[in-house]
Amino acid sequence: MSTRLAKGGRLIDRSKRLDFTFNGKQFSGQAGDTLASALLANNQTLLGRSFKYHRPRGLIASGSEEPNALVGLGAGGSFEPNQRATTQELFSGLSAQSQNHWPSLDFDIGAVNARVSQFFPAGFYYKTFQWPRAFWKHLYEPIIRQSAGLGRAPTARDADRYEHFYAFTDVLVIGGGIAGLTAARAAADSGAEVLVLEQSADWGGRAPVDGGQIGDLEAEAHCAALVADLAARPNVRMRNRMMGAGVYDHGYVLGYERLSDHAPGTPGPRHRLWRIRAAQIITATGAIERPISFAGNDVPGVMLASAIRDYVVNWAVSPGDRTLVVTNNDDAYRSALTLHSAGLAVPAILDARPGGGGALAAQARAAGIRVETGRGIARVLGGKRVTAVAICAQAGEGAVLETIPCDAVAMSGGWSPVVHLWSHCGGKLTWDEAQAMFRPDADRAATGADGLPFVIAAGAADGEFGLAALVANAHQAGLQAAERCGHSARSGRAQPLPEIVDLPEAPIEPVWMMPQGAGSGLRAKAFLDYQNDVKVSDVQLAAQEGFESVEHAKRYTTLGMATDQGKLSNINGLAVLAGSLNAPIPAVGTTTFRPPYTPISMGAIAGEARGDLFQPLRRTPMHDWHQANGAQWEPVGHWRRPYCYPQDGESHAEAVAREITQVRGGVGLLDASTLGKIVVKGPDAGRFLDMLYTNMMSSLKPGKCRYGLMCSENGFLIDDGVVARWDDDTFLCHTTTGGAERIHAHMEEWLQTEWWDWQVYTANVTEHYAQIAVVGPKAREVIESLGAEGMESQTFPFMAWADREVAGIKARIYRISFSGELSYEIAVPASQGQALWDRLLEAGAPLGMMPYGTEALHVMRAEKGFIMIGDETDGTVIPQDLGLDWAISKKKTDYLGKRAQARSHMTDPNRWKLVGLETLDGSVLPEGAYALGAGVNANGQAVTIGRVTSTYHSPTLGRGIAMGLVLNGPDRQGEVIEFGQLDGGRVSARIVDPVFFDKDGEKQNV
Amino acid sequence: MLILTCPCCGVSAEETEFHCGGEAHLKRFGPDSSDSDFETYLFQRQNPRGVHFERWRHVNGCGKWFHAARCTQTLEIFGTYPAQTTEPPQALRDRIAEKRPGWTQESVS
Repeated sequence: MSTRLAKGGRLIDRSKRLDFTFNGKQFSGQAGDTLASALLANNQTLLGRSFKYHRPRGLIASGSEEPNALVGLGAGGSFEPNQRATTQELFSGLSAQSQNHWPSLDFDIGAVNARVSQFFPAGFYYKTFQWPRAFWKHLYEPIIRQSAGLGRAPTARDADRYEHFYAFTDVLVIGGGIAGLTAARAAADSGAEVLVLEQSADWGGRAPVDGGQIGDLEAEAHCAALVADLAARPNVRMRNRMMGAGVYDHGYVLGYERLSDHAPGTPGPRHRLWRIRAAQIITATGAIERPISFAGNDVPGVMLASAIRDYVVNWAVSPGDRTLVVTNNDDAYRSALTLHSAGLAVPAILDARPGGGGALAAQARAAGIRVETGRGIARVLGGKRVTAVAICAQAGEGAVLETIPCDAVAMSGGWSPVVHLWSHCGGKLTWDEAQAMFRPDADRAATGADGLPFVIAAGAADGEFGLAALVANAHQAGLQAAERCGHSARSGRAQPLPEIVDLPEAPIEPVWMMPQGAGSGLRAKAFLDYQNDVKVSDVQLAAQEGFESVEHAKRYTTLGMATDQGKLSNINGLAVLAGSLNAPIPAVGTTTFRPPYTPISMGAIAGEARGDLFQPLRRTPMHDWHQANGAQWEPVGHWRRPYCYPQDGESHAEAVAREITQVRGGVGLLDASTLGKIVVKGPDAGRFLDMLYTNMMSSLKPGKCRYGLMCSENGFLIDDGVVARWDDDTFLCHTTTGGAERIHAHMEEWLQTEWWDWQVYTANVTEHYAQIAVVGPKAREVIESLGAEGMESQTFPFMAWADREVAGIKARIYRISFSGELSYEIAVPASQGQALWDRLLEAGAPLGMMPYGTEALHVMRAEKGFIMIGDETDGTVIPQDLGLDWAISKKKTDYLGKRAQARSHMTDPNRWKLVGLETLDGSVLPEGAYALGAGVNANGQAVTIGRVTSTYHSPTLGRGIAMGLVLNGPDRQGEVIEFGQLDGGRVSARIVDPVFFDKDGEKQNV
Repeated sequence: MLILTCPCCGVSAEETEFHCGGEAHLKRFGPDSSDSDFETYLFQRQNPRGVHFERWRHVNGCGKWFHAARCTQTLEIFGTYPAQTTEPPQALRDRIAEKRPGWTQESVS
């Protein structure tokens, strides 16, 4: 049984008791505990169920590599699934739930999967759920969805706050263990700015647990002295509870700081995402111990030898009364000795190496611990808890020599440097045969903007494990990093390294399968990936079925695809794969290491960008008036535009109909300020616009306006609008509301990169002006009543502009129309917009004038057959498709898109072209509906011969009207074609002229 | 995330301040060009593993377009220069040739 020891525990404060719950049950722990250590201290060893077989799972590790102990934390807006118990610091009131079990953790129905596990081999889902196709939707998918996933996604809105933070430094040290601290001091001594990150709450990493003498000090005291020294320096910043999540191009690093996960309710953000630029990065990320593949290595109670040592030393928790140790290297002897000196029983150390270990092994023997060399585990006995271990010869096939009762197993298959951050940005690895591990290849580090290396691995992360070598390596890394960013050790105050003497160790001997000749029965119970239930037999099957690439084998078996991303399983898995393929391990290689190192919260990624801060809102000068007067908003780009202004319980449709009727019969008012306004100025402005627009702009007279089309070099229509010539050198180009920035950028791109010798300036002045359209047969009456003179057609015809005072405000009036009505668009400085709006409303009140919104605007333009960018166009439509040939100059030798519009597909007579559509029954055609031809295509789908691009109810005509693109449409006037409806039915419509109302355009010319 | 230096305003900034505009030094083909020339101009782009000349715009900065010579494999930036030119400056080409022995501009086009 696991329990809290009476003495020790370097991280816990026994005077502070913290109460918490696990699956609703009350427990208590000590300040300084992690959730994992507290659960273990309460003998709660069963913490979850595995993904596929729902096998009982307990703790394996003590840090972020833990694959099993995933829990849901908190409730409501603070609930978060898949949190590792090993990295969650305990606090009073913590509430955790185990995952992936039903109906309860102790009794799980899904565990029946384990009984039939021979039917769930690698690739089971791929092989099984294929046919018949119809079963997917109703049978396979619901079942797989029900059983898939670990935690449940939260349903409530996240109650916490998050933020982003930018930081710059010369040297970034990732990892606050003895290597990171040593490297940081060396770099700081040289005079570099240093930022040190440590993912846990505590500095020092493994050294305080593993021990050793550094100069006059024990490792723990030495680390404490280093921390105190660094903390006092002005050129060093230290952040604990902050993980280096990823290393990216040119020295960019994401740091994930967990500010209040250990103390919920603390004011301020919960997580902070640091966006760091560092000239040099030192990855002092340590190493992770590997499990050993033996049958039953997943039974709760089987743990990494180092983790067992951590629980005893850091938190005074014994994982079991009798812990058997199994190893292929010397380090696990430290765990045996730690247990022994804590007064716990170690029935045996099984050393798979025939020759056994070095000095530590001698110490263990001297302590009276039984050491068996050349021995391994045949199988672990027990279900929800280890009860005994059957031992065998490592060299054999698993014949049981002896069964040793125990309640915990400490395993060590050797150590793998944490090379993730080294590798993220392209750092390469080399296989170290002697230590049986991949380690960073210093000659092939990630390189930066200058082509020079910017990442240095230090300490255990660089493959150095002896304390003396590790510290020397880290010191050197610190000096090198500082030197690379221009700080010389000689000019600084570099200190000599203290003396360190390491115990002589016997070399590791790789054990990829225990026993070496294990039969299929044992291999099918030897787990590689604990979270995803991938066993040795699965990887071997994948190899046999031809998944020889490590990347393929990973995806076929799901090895290393769980939330721990293979931190424990990766090397063991690829060694098994290499064995199956009869290839050397380095030839098989590793899967790609991708950020983040461990999962980071979605909240941290979003930072402040949520709710009102997600995106800036653009407001016209009259925005507040619209809001106060009941506007129904429609988002258009970053703007909000009034869709309509419903009155007294009107529906939106009723409001739109009222607004249209008022404009067509009297006068209405539109806030047109969002329309893009770009000034193009210079001696070559006309020539430039001739290239941008399909029609001729250079011939436009000052004082006049002209409608124009803009195409991309591919020939497709990208924007339209009215151009006004202000003077010989100056044009104002109106763009669509959403197009202003895009079109301005388009202009600048061509000016700067193709016609850079042309003398033209452009300026986007969209927000400089408020623009108000006064529209309808009585529009002239309104503006004349406000003092605008000479507004009649003789002096101020359609498509002219003029400067006038309106209500005493200097204005530029454009006589242009998007509704087919008499229309004056009045532009005034933005600051005068609301004043003009108010005066116009007063002046128009006797005529019943009212504001109208974008929907009325759209219906009226459709009644007139005017196209709308984004409705009639979708990036594949050319002006010729829309019957706009009249707006394409035949005289000009060139314009953007001209050559493309001559390509064979563009001139194909079978392109779909614009027509008007009227349903026979007067109904409104469904948006985006397809016109259906005769027969079916090669896929058995109905043949389509066109589609609806705009469709509305026209209150003016009292019927549905639509525009659409139809095969040979303009030649088929009067023909009736059918459109599909969502319910599978069809509706018939007649092809007509797209101009439904006032075909001769008399109304706008009055 | 790259760091680029805008040759127009001199600011060194993160990639998020910039917008990449694809291959640099394209020759525009207009109305009288052959189908083949026009198609090449419109669609055919180099995709080298190594030295690449490309267009960037300092979109969240001075707004100017410029060109960068960048290694697509290592992301090394050999240099940036104004867009108002039809070919990379000789000094830059020399610098690249020094860093990538055997490279010539012709070898990628």
